[in-house]
Amino acid sequence: MKAVLDRIKQGEILVCDGAMGSLLMDRAKEHLKGTCPESINLSHPEIIREIAALYIQAGADIIETNTFGGSPLKLASYSLDDKTEEINRAAILAVKNASSKNIYICASIGPSGKLLKPFGDTEPKEIYESFYRQIKVLVDAGADIISIETMTDLNEASLAVEATRNISSSIPVIVSMTYESTSRGFFTMMGTRIEVASKRLEDSGVDVIGSNCGNGIENLVLIAQEHRKHTQLPLMIQANAGIPELREGVTVYPESPEFMAEKCNGLISIGVSIIGGCCGTTPAHIRAIRNVVDQRGKKLLKT
Amino acid sequence: MDILQQISEQIDLGDDEKVYELTATAIEQKIPVKRILEEGLLDGMNIVGKKFKEHDIFLPEVLMAAKAMNAGMELIKPLLLSGNIPMKAKVVLGTVRGDLHDIGKNLVGVMLKGAGFEVIDLGNDVSPEKFIETAKREGAQFIGMSTLLTTTMPVMKEVIELLRIENLEGKIKTLVGGAAVSKSYAEEIGATAYCYDGSNAVEYLNSVI
Repeated sequence: MKAVLDRIKQGEILVCDGAMGSLLMDRAKEHLKGTCPESINLSHPEIIREIAALYIQAGADIIETNTFGGSPLKLASYSLDDKTEEINRAAILAVKNASSKNIYICASIGPSGKLLKPFGDTEPKEIYESFYRQIKVLVDAGADIISIETMTDLNEASLAVEATRNISSSIPVIVSMTYESTSRGFFTMMGTRIEVASKRLEDSGVDVIGSNCGNGIENLVLIAQEHRKHTQLPLMIQANAGIPELREGVTVYPESPEFMAEKCNGLISIGVSIIGGCCGTTPAHIRAIRNVVDQRGKKLLKT
Repeated sequence: MDILQQISEQIDLGDDEKVYELTATAIEQKIPVKRILEEGLLDGMNIVGKKFKEHDIFLPEVLMAAKAMNAGMELIKPLLLSGNIPMKAKVVLGTVRGDLHDIGKNLVGVMLKGAGFEVIDLGNDVSPEKFIETAKREGAQFIGMSTLLTTTMPVMKEVIELLRIENLEGKIKTLVGGAAVSKSYAEEIGATAYCYDGSNAVEYLNSVI
């Protein structure tokens, strides 16, 4: 299979999968009591496989692993840090076994849940080592891409990039930040502007810059636009299906597959290279995005 | 500049050492503890809270300010207790069962403490029963619940229902917040108030007590 970055360079738009959490809740609610989603990789890998297969059928080129909270620092909250290796290895295997189709396995790396000194009490070394241990397993087990996502602290994201680069100098690395919309523009929780994030991430040696979570598709089109002004690196965007609402006791994400897919035209016009979904998106959303990408994207192919 | 104003300013700048020194000097100068607290430390946190609300500053600045305020509080606390100046109200705070996200909740705790409220922080993954038991035992008037995840939002409703069953509705008021929570969600589950962040929670509590 062609390297993912080569396809992006040639102008192809790739589709990434959608949410893991909500599908997991539907299928594994009783197994999730008192434990973390990542433990399902070990206890019920068939469920993870099934979810990956659904997204592959929907047309995703890239499938993220169920390892968002799989760093030992995060797993320690569930006393599962000694299972870091097994849990992360099983996550890669589940995606590998999901389909015979060629897809890219994208290892999801979420925040450590700790705040770095001087704001919090955690030393950079502790966070670096936690990322290193997780990413080492994922790379060795066969991840094609490392996606460091839902980040709000650039320093923390940089530690994960550094850990990845010390493990492999060639594996593609994506960093996706999460921004809040304020009256003064978009900022991360730590107060970082898109311009600053773009520059710092470029300097840290990532291959793709992205944004995920925290916003529906419309804000993410604006975020992508702002990123485009400040970097020439490929972009990745994964929006939530809107901000959840509660309707008659059930959590509902308001943005339909059709609505999101239609707005993805905006992302394509900006030149976003990888489009996927975050919280609340389903295989139906990814299928709708796939269709829009196929219609619009083919015209953009430079070959 | 007045020393109390200086304390306030140094909190805004997040300089814990200066706040500590200035607070010690203010105590030496026999300025009433209540004034040091209100016109110095709390005034500083109020300014920080307002700036945070306006997005002039972000989490790092608030955390540094809170650290600075705690440095002053260390000196003030023993004097406050002996002087019988009561804390404003008690709040039991936690991230609900099934959710381990506590950065936002911690921030709310820091800001509530900063504003002079007594906070009992139960941490994360807190069961409805534990929220209520603790509030009853401690005589807290408020329960503050946070969740980032959409999947754990209904736990907030469980707490409110349990309060109803125990006939504590209205006696113990509920504040809800967190990334996934909205005002309409808070209304739907019957929470007393929706607070979108720490300074909003402070504002609400100050308005009702």
